[in-house]
Amino acid sequence: MGTVLTAGELRKGLKLEMDGEPYLVVDFEFSKPGKGQALYRCRLRNMITGIQFDRTYRSGDKFNAADMEEQEMEYLYRAGDKFCFMNTSSYEQIEVPEAQVGDAANFLTENLKVEMLLFEGRPIGIDLPNFVELRVMKADPGIKGDTASGATKPVTMETGLVLNVPLFIEEGEMLKLDTRTGAYVERVKG
Amino acid sequence: MHPPEEPEGPASRRARLELRCRALGAVREFFSQSGFLEVQTPVRCPAPIPELHIDPIPADGWFLLPSPEVYMKRLLAAGYEKIFQISPVFRRGEVGRLHHPEFTLLEWYRLDADYTALQEDCEGLLRFVCKAVGLVGEWPHRGNRVAVEGSWGRLTVREAFSRFAGWEPSANPDQDRFDIDMVEKVEPNLGRPTPCFLLDYPASQASLARLKPEDPAVAERFELYWNGIELANGFSELTDPAEQRKRLEDALAAKRAAGGVTHPLPEAFLQSLATLPPCAGIALGIDRLVMLLTNADAIDQVTAFSPGE
Repeated sequence: MGTVLTAGELRKGLKLEMDGEPYLVVDFEFSKPGKGQALYRCRLRNMITGIQFDRTYRSGDKFNAADMEEQEMEYLYRAGDKFCFMNTSSYEQIEVPEAQVGDAANFLTENLKVEMLLFEGRPIGIDLPNFVELRVMKADPGIKGDTASGATKPVTMETGLVLNVPLFIEEGEMLKLDTRTGAYVERVKG
Repeated sequence: MHPPEEPEGPASRRARLELRCRALGAVREFFSQSGFLEVQTPVRCPAPIPELHIDPIPADGWFLLPSPEVYMKRLLAAGYEKIFQISPVFRRGEVGRLHHPEFTLLEWYRLDADYTALQEDCEGLLRFVCKAVGLVGEWPHRGNRVAVEGSWGRLTVREAFSRFAGWEPSANPDQDRFDIDMVEKVEPNLGRPTPCFLLDYPASQASLARLKPEDPAVAERFELYWNGIELANGFSELTDPAEQRKRLEDALAAKRAAGGVTHPLPEAFLQSLATLPPCAGIALGIDRLVMLLTNADAIDQVTAFSPGE
């Protein structure tokens, strides 16, 4: 069990554990109606499901701080619906189910280093670098005569990600992508 | 060339602190014109008035006062008819958008008056102060419109709970549910655009107030709300020493049971009640008033420094 917190210690940004799940305090307000008791009004977000709700606590209420840590992990390989990562400090390997990896799977290539958010040792989130480089696996040639500026075509990257890129991009090229928007940034020479 | 830097810290609050200064000047002028005497009483005392949910801050064996009430009523008992005070007060552990553990309270008291006289004072005072600082018509506060001119709302606690929370508190004295519904359902609806009086609290929630003679289930206590913010708490004072002693002993016992800060009973205060005529008194938060006059979101924006800054 983590550190025990009292209601008076609640703050925006604090992470709590309730019924075995981690919650983030996304909004917080201290209230004290008239001559009444102190009330601690929180908006909580379940850090796994993303579901938000409001709850009011009283001064006597106690909480467990969520046992959270961020750890740098290196992506190794995919085996079926499992993604295998290695802890870069302990060299321990960890398997993360596809559902937990989510959209990050679109950008994972061998040896990519990511920040993994762990709750009680279990991975609950992956923080990618803002930019990654991926190879184009499949691209149709640009349609001749279509030179309108800003024209794009869909290509398939080595991870299976399909995105729109400028017409001049060819199969086998390395592209720099923004993982926050999923958008093409530039061609990587090399 | 660097762009001009945004002021930070106290420098960023200059306009609000200037208005605060003018508002305080207007408060003094209003009370002086109404024949009130401004007094200063100690901020530290050996035995504050115990209140279940207010903890005083210990200071060298005594306590920093959560309210000057304990001394103000002794002045009334000594024959001072109309007195006011603007003073720093201290309440342990209260930190938030509307709370600092040290804040500025305006209190005023009238002999031979009840809480209706205080409500008239509130209307007169706020209209006077707004005019003095140049606020006319409506102005914005936290995304709403507020105004001081026009009629002010008056709702009993009973009416407000029936309307906004769907139950009637004097019939079900559930303090816990009362506090939560007050904060979540009632308060946000009160005092827009003009301020509103919330009147006649359940008797159990007015330790220092007189019960309403024609309806002893409630006490002659009111709170003033403006744009959902609690601005002032006033009441017809309880002047029965035996009843007051019993209520304070109960409050102290409840504090002890809840593990709060405990201290001796304020004996000099209790003794002074023996000679105290009917009277009424009120406390109004100056910082929150300035927030409303300057469209401030948080108390931090209207004080020169925040705790620990």
